[in-house]
Amino acid sequence: MAHLDRLSGNEAVAVAMRQIDPDVMGAFPITPSTEIPQYFAQYVADGLVNTELVTVESEHSSMSVCMGAAAAGGRAISATSSAGLALMYETLYVAASCRMPIVLAVSTRALSGPININNDHSDAMGARDSGWIQIYAENNQEVYDNYVQAFPIAETENVRLPVMICQDGFITSHAVENIELLEDAEVKSFVGTYEPKHYLLNPDEPLAVGPYDVTHYYMEHKRQQAEAMRNARAAILAQAERFEALTGRKYGFFEAYKMDDAELALVLMGSTAGTAKAAVDMLRAEGRKVGLVKIRVFRPFPMEELAEALKNCRAVAVMDKSEGFSACGGPLFAETRSALYDLETRPKAINIVYGLGGRDVAVDDVRALYDRLADIAATGETGPVYSHIGVREEA
Amino acid sequence: MAYNFKKELEKPERFVGGHRLCAGCGAGITLRAVMRALEPGDKAVVTNATGCVEVSTFMYPYTSWTDSYIHTAFENAAATCSGVTACYEALKRRGKVTDNYKFITFGGDGGTYDIGFQSLSGAMERGHDMVYVCYDNEAYMNTGIQRSSSTPRFANATTAPVGREKQGKQQDKKDLTAIMVAHGIPYAAQTTFLGNFRDLHEKAKKAIYTEGPCFLNVLSPCPRGWQYDTALLPKITQLAVDTCLWPMYEVEDGVWHLTYEPKKKVPIEEYMRLQGRFKHCFQKGNEWMLEAAQQYVDEKWEALLAKCR
Amino acid sequence: MIHAKDIHENSPWTKMTQGGEIYEPATSLLFNTGDWRTQTPVFLEKKCKQCLLCVPYCPDSAIPVKDGKRGEFDLMHCKGCGICITACPFDAIVWKEDA
Repeated sequence: MAHLDRLSGNEAVAVAMRQIDPDVMGAFPITPSTEIPQYFAQYVADGLVNTELVTVESEHSSMSVCMGAAAAGGRAISATSSAGLALMYETLYVAASCRMPIVLAVSTRALSGPININNDHSDAMGARDSGWIQIYAENNQEVYDNYVQAFPIAETENVRLPVMICQDGFITSHAVENIELLEDAEVKSFVGTYEPKHYLLNPDEPLAVGPYDVTHYYMEHKRQQAEAMRNARAAILAQAERFEALTGRKYGFFEAYKMDDAELALVLMGSTAGTAKAAVDMLRAEGRKVGLVKIRVFRPFPMEELAEALKNCRAVAVMDKSEGFSACGGPLFAETRSALYDLETRPKAINIVYGLGGRDVAVDDVRALYDRLADIAATGETGPVYSHIGVREEA
Repeated sequence: MAYNFKKELEKPERFVGGHRLCAGCGAGITLRAVMRALEPGDKAVVTNATGCVEVSTFMYPYTSWTDSYIHTAFENAAATCSGVTACYEALKRRGKVTDNYKFITFGGDGGTYDIGFQSLSGAMERGHDMVYVCYDNEAYMNTGIQRSSSTPRFANATTAPVGREKQGKQQDKKDLTAIMVAHGIPYAAQTTFLGNFRDLHEKAKKAIYTEGPCFLNVLSPCPRGWQYDTALLPKITQLAVDTCLWPMYEVEDGVWHLTYEPKKKVPIEEYMRLQGRFKHCFQKGNEWMLEAAQQYVDEKWEALLAKCR
Repeated sequence: MIHAKDIHENSPWTKMTQGGEIYEPATSLLFNTGDWRTQTPVFLEKKCKQCLLCVPYCPDSAIPVKDGKRGEFDLMHCKGCGICITACPFDAIVWKEDA
């Protein structure tokens, strides 16, 4: 039986971790994810879990601990943000290429510099090509639900990839909301026990992990990884289906909000979806055909499905909460516009970079974006394809 | 139990041939000797930092290890091993693993003195039941003999070359074993290859079978980097200890103990003369280098003797 | 299970182990490093006192020991470094004369 509780996003993740009771946690503090290892350390101190908590001296080491533990045959977890994730980058690639089903909770935060502790997606976006599955949450309920589904996805035999469960730092990591928690036994039954085929501590068969992979073999191993990421699509949907059967809460690659007849749409990720939905509701009340797509799964990117969801729109604004410095838009825009390319008739598409370093975005800002999309639809002129909002310009 | 040399050599090899280490590589000798110190009934997991040993002993699909082996990156071998040992504890507690395992990490001096120093320090401080073995060949040999903090003063290295203004490395070698001792770990020692390998064997055995984090530093000559004829290795290691440049000692629970004292202390230049990396020290006008090298050895040796008394 | 002996430079990606893992011990024994040698050591059994001092010095585990005695060199893996020649106190190992 599920029950309601008031939890911050970080605590919701920590509760899911406790319910899963993994074998090893590599822990290092960094704002705003620090609470996660704090809560978890208390569970360890109180004997509520069997987990070995390894309080390392850097995030590079926390991911290294996770890799050692995963290869040894256990479930391994960690949590981080911002510079901590950046310090892990090297090991993120190793974990994915060694096919280790580690789960990492990321409370997303701006990358330095200058140093800033508030939310945007520049940390997680920098890790988007590391070979990790990336799942983003709008609110505390979603981050909890995503976390519960993470291990079964990661451990799927034809996937074996690590999973990053992302939520917006402070905005959801520290905001307290009412959420519905599963009972411990329900979570344990949902994630099951981990029985890896090959592991270092197998007494019957040694395992060698992490070879020097020369030119004759490296590309074949990358091709295997690419296949695993494709296989992750089915695994994500299969676990979402199991989860819906358990909770009634439905998940997919993304949430299409009032998109059925929408002519103007936003594509975005994370907590801003809540603000944007409020704007959509207001505009819908005024009779305007607007909607939004909130991306849940950024890796693997749901290219065909997203194109299908947007194909009847006239204009689309893709909102990136990170700067790509590519001079032609952010990463979500690049992927979305690429997805639209195969459509017979394509909506006009613009990119909006917003919310960097915790810069707030309000309902009126979103409304203004829909107005801009309405202009584009009416005139056929997109204007600047890539622009920033919420930034002070000279009057 | 007394050291039975012949019996030890009859044990099945846990580190086998077919690896791609250079002919005459000292690291290969270290790996064999340390692995031999394991009791045959005990299982082990080997962790390895990126370096010569990694690229040579697990070049896909060829592993030279009979035990489980993991390499992830250069600077994190001790942290990776921490994860393996932590998982062992967790799985034992859950009854999923019942066999007795030992955990041994190998890193070169680059991966140990330098880039892996932080993760090594962290692992030692946390107290995992593991042994970290440094095969110290005194430079970044895998990338082509760049200087490390373990490279001795005056040695020629590709990033501390001999030139008109500067000749070889300018700084003294970092005393890593002493730094490891300062972590308060139960066992730390340094050794190299000598005679019937009793010293190395007994230290490896203590390091493996002492509970808690242990550190073993093994001087492992590199014929390419040190520039000597491969066959000379036994002479080089003998001179390293007889000159007192590389003293053989161990520190058990804070108590320093010298395990080998040369009958007659040999001048350092005899050690240096065999190696091309010190060639410039023997040129006219560079006599001061030999004097400075001797003075450094003497001071360090006296300081060590004081600790061991 | 995919074995190391079946993995080679023409293996398709579907026939290679996931993530480059190897599930067998000591597969490098399959690899010949003997052809690296420029010189070959010769074991003179008559001079040998079976002190075994040469054995631990071999970086390539190429001197097998059985029943307390060393045997012939494993020339598939010996790289011809000559360390054993220096280590031997009895001149029981010499370089092979050029043929």
